Amino acid sequence: MGSISLQKVHKAFGNTVVIPEVNLEIADNEFVVFVGPSGCGKSTLLRLIAGLEDMTGGTISIDGKDVTREPPARRGLSMVFQSYALYPHMTVYGNIAFPLKMAGMEKSAIDTKVRDAARILNLTDYLERRPGQLSGGQRQRVAIGRAIVREPKAFLFDEPLSNLDAALRGSMRLEISELHHKLQTTMIYVTHDQIEAMTMADKIVVLNAGNVEQVGSPLELYRNPQNLFVAGFIGSPRMNFLQGETARKLGAATIGIRPEHLELSTSEGLWKGEVGVAEHLGSDTFLHIDVAGVGQITARADGEFALRHGETVYLSPVEKQLHRFNDEGRAI
Amino acid sequence: MATRQTRTLARFMMAPSVVLLLIWMIVPLAMTLWFSFQNYNLLMPANRSFAGFFNYIYFYTDPAFFQSIANTLAIVLGVLAITVIGGILLALLLDQPIFGQGIVRILIISPFFVMPPVAALVWKNMIMHPGYGVFADISRFLGLRPIDWFAQYPLLSIIIIVAWQWLPFATLILLTALQSLDEEQKEAAEMDGAGAVSRFIYIILPHLARAITVVILIETIFLLAVYAEILVTTNGGPGYASTNLAFLVYRTALLSYDIGGASAGGVIAVVLANIVALFLMRAVGKNLDR
Amino acid sequence: MARAVSSRRKTIVTIVAWVIAFVIFFPILYTVITSLKTEREAIDGISLIPSGTFENYVEVQAQRDYWKPFTNSVIISIGSTLIGLVIAIPAAWAMAFSPTKRTKDILMWMLSTKMMPAVGVLVPLYLLFRDTGLLDTRLGLTIVLTLVNLPIIVWMLYTYFREIPGEILEAARMDGASLMKEIVYVLTPMAVPGIASTLLLNIILAWNESFWTIRLTAANAAPLTAFIASFSSPLGLFWAKLSAASTLAIAPVLIMGWFSQKQLVRGLTFGAVK
Repeated sequence: MGSISLQKVHKAFGNTVVIPEVNLEIADNEFVVFVGPSGCGKSTLLRLIAGLEDMTGGTISIDGKDVTREPPARRGLSMVFQSYALYPHMTVYGNIAFPLKMAGMEKSAIDTKVRDAARILNLTDYLERRPGQLSGGQRQRVAIGRAIVREPKAFLFDEPLSNLDAALRGSMRLEISELHHKLQTTMIYVTHDQIEAMTMADKIVVLNAGNVEQVGSPLELYRNPQNLFVAGFIGSPRMNFLQGETARKLGAATIGIRPEHLELSTSEGLWKGEVGVAEHLGSDTFLHIDVAGVGQITARADGEFALRHGETVYLSPVEKQLHRFNDEGRAI
Repeated sequence: MATRQTRTLARFMMAPSVVLLLIWMIVPLAMTLWFSFQNYNLLMPANRSFAGFFNYIYFYTDPAFFQSIANTLAIVLGVLAITVIGGILLALLLDQPIFGQGIVRILIISPFFVMPPVAALVWKNMIMHPGYGVFADISRFLGLRPIDWFAQYPLLSIIIIVAWQWLPFATLILLTALQSLDEEQKEAAEMDGAGAVSRFIYIILPHLARAITVVILIETIFLLAVYAEILVTTNGGPGYASTNLAFLVYRTALLSYDIGGASAGGVIAVVLANIVALFLMRAVGKNLDR
Repeated sequence: MARAVSSRRKTIVTIVAWVIAFVIFFPILYTVITSLKTEREAIDGISLIPSGTFENYVEVQAQRDYWKPFTNSVIISIGSTLIGLVIAIPAAWAMAFSPTKRTKDILMWMLSTKMMPAVGVLVPLYLLFRDTGLLDTRLGLTIVLTLVNLPIIVWMLYTYFREIPGEILEAARMDGASLMKEIVYVLTPMAVPGIASTLLLNIILAWNESFWTIRLTAANAAPLTAFIASFSSPLGLFWAKLSAASTLAIAPVLIMGWFSQKQLVRGLTFGAVK
């Protein structure tokens, strides 16, 4: 059982308030992603849950039990650090066995568990190596292995993929998701990459300057962002925001329309503009268009759409997909 | 990470070092200060009286005192000049690809690990000796009269010996700093049309500036206290020609048994060292902030 | 140089470097060579080929009054280093892992005590030692050397401890390790290389210390520094033996020094150059 509850969690370092107040419920077996820009407090929040930092206010409960005063070792959680934090002087076997050794488990029992974890993560051939002799991806798996053997109530991941190259990141994303299905354990995952968030999460918590902007499933956040921040953070390329006259005509202080929700035509449309930079990805084309009197708009077109720099294009937003925001940036 | 518990524990852990060094620093220094105002000679220990500033004035008017200050400065500046310039050149040399780099490095750093009495003895008897020394043999080979180094150039001889010992230190520090210079910076300068000399002046030297400063300051601290080399070779002579402040204080204390005078000299030495220390701390302190 | 250098250039530079290295190393080399000569050869003038006799070493070793200073050197170097480590490790640990606003000031102050010139406290220390019976004792000398080198030991350990990534210690905490277990299983193994480096450098510095070891000792506790210094007026008749004694005196530390170049840079620049 791995349900976690955060009530009125408050964190300040001296006079600097990093997290004003967070209330959050995490159900057992959920994959929750904390996402947000650098410095938004997501790692701090994770560390508060882990017990590596003391809360300045509020409580945290795991499975109904208040663990606010408990040290990390007694919370029954495992953490995978961004730098993996492997013990350099121990072998892979030693690293994975360490938590079990600390728990006072018997040697033969430790051996079984370590080898099981190694098998799940394809590390059996590397058990006698030291971290220094492993590649980045392998080290990461050792870190995960060390976290698994404890059979924790929840796993905490602190930006685990940011030190890997793009290709490896893609495959590790899949592996972690599969691990979640296999282990059926709560996972709390911190990242600044919204693609990781969207692809892996059951529930996303968007954080900005220590405040929870919105909590919801990936598609909820995509379809119904509650404010400008979430709307601009989720989705790549970013949602287009238009203000002023254009927005007022459509009934709001700010209008948001995603690049993929614009209809393009060479003959007619609501807005007329000139193509600036055209990014051809093969499957898609992203056009950066300058619309007079409205602003810069990014639009996604089918890969075959053959417009180039300087040419004229007409854009029409899909009415159903228009997002309207009021003066305070909240969705109307 | 620091909770109140950890903080009290930390204080306990630091206590022995701090307390010991505190005692080590304050008690003897205070006593030196006290003695410096006393008329106290070990040959007549019963005759103790308050002397006011007499010792300082005596020291100040002693011609040996000024000579010793001059000699101290000469040693410090002389060795600094040789080691810093030599160190830069050697560092540049060792930064190049060489066959047997490791061994060359070991040979060059060796003098630093030779204890000063041995270094002094070897130089005095085997190299600079006018009868049997290597320099003498070379002079005779060239048809010149051998120099009696310690009689004719006592201070210079000391400077040479001490510089020999400290050159490796400067070389090692500067070489380490040199090797931390990004290769790409030098290449960028080359692309910008800078020749080897320009690259040295505008890219390498500024990069080394910090290391050079550290070398100068640390060497100065140790060079102010050169002692064993003088003791073993010239004993400060002829006359006071090779006596530095440290040696003068030693002589006053343990050869003339003038406790009061030696203490005054000691206080002066401490003041001198503190001035240098001030600059060194700033240099090191900047590093701590990283 | 990242680029390939012409082998002609490399050869020229190599020759220059080797010549300079030879010149610098020469005094040491010559001492060793002389130690392998007979006394007659030693006086006879410069020759780089000794007769290869070990008689000097045998004679030096047979003389009890060589072994005493040697033993003294060993005892006070290792002794002062070990005591220094015992005092310094907790201090450096505390400053590296529980730093406060005062930590930097305390470190700088410790540094400043190292800069105090020995003659500044020669008088009181000499008198104190005389009156407490510590003069010419290994104990007294060990105490002085411990205090003299304590700042360097603390500083070096501090810089090594600071390099241990905090996250690894946190991982140990997450893995259920108590403070004691964290220190024993994770911190200490990772700190051992740093402690070893500090130990090495400090033994070297203590072995070579040439002020207190000469001034505070006489027949009993004199280490090699004082022993060799007492030959400052040689009669010229036993240079070969003196060379042998010198070689024996510098050999241990010279070899240790060859392996501790990096430690030297870190230790003596107080971490300012790394």
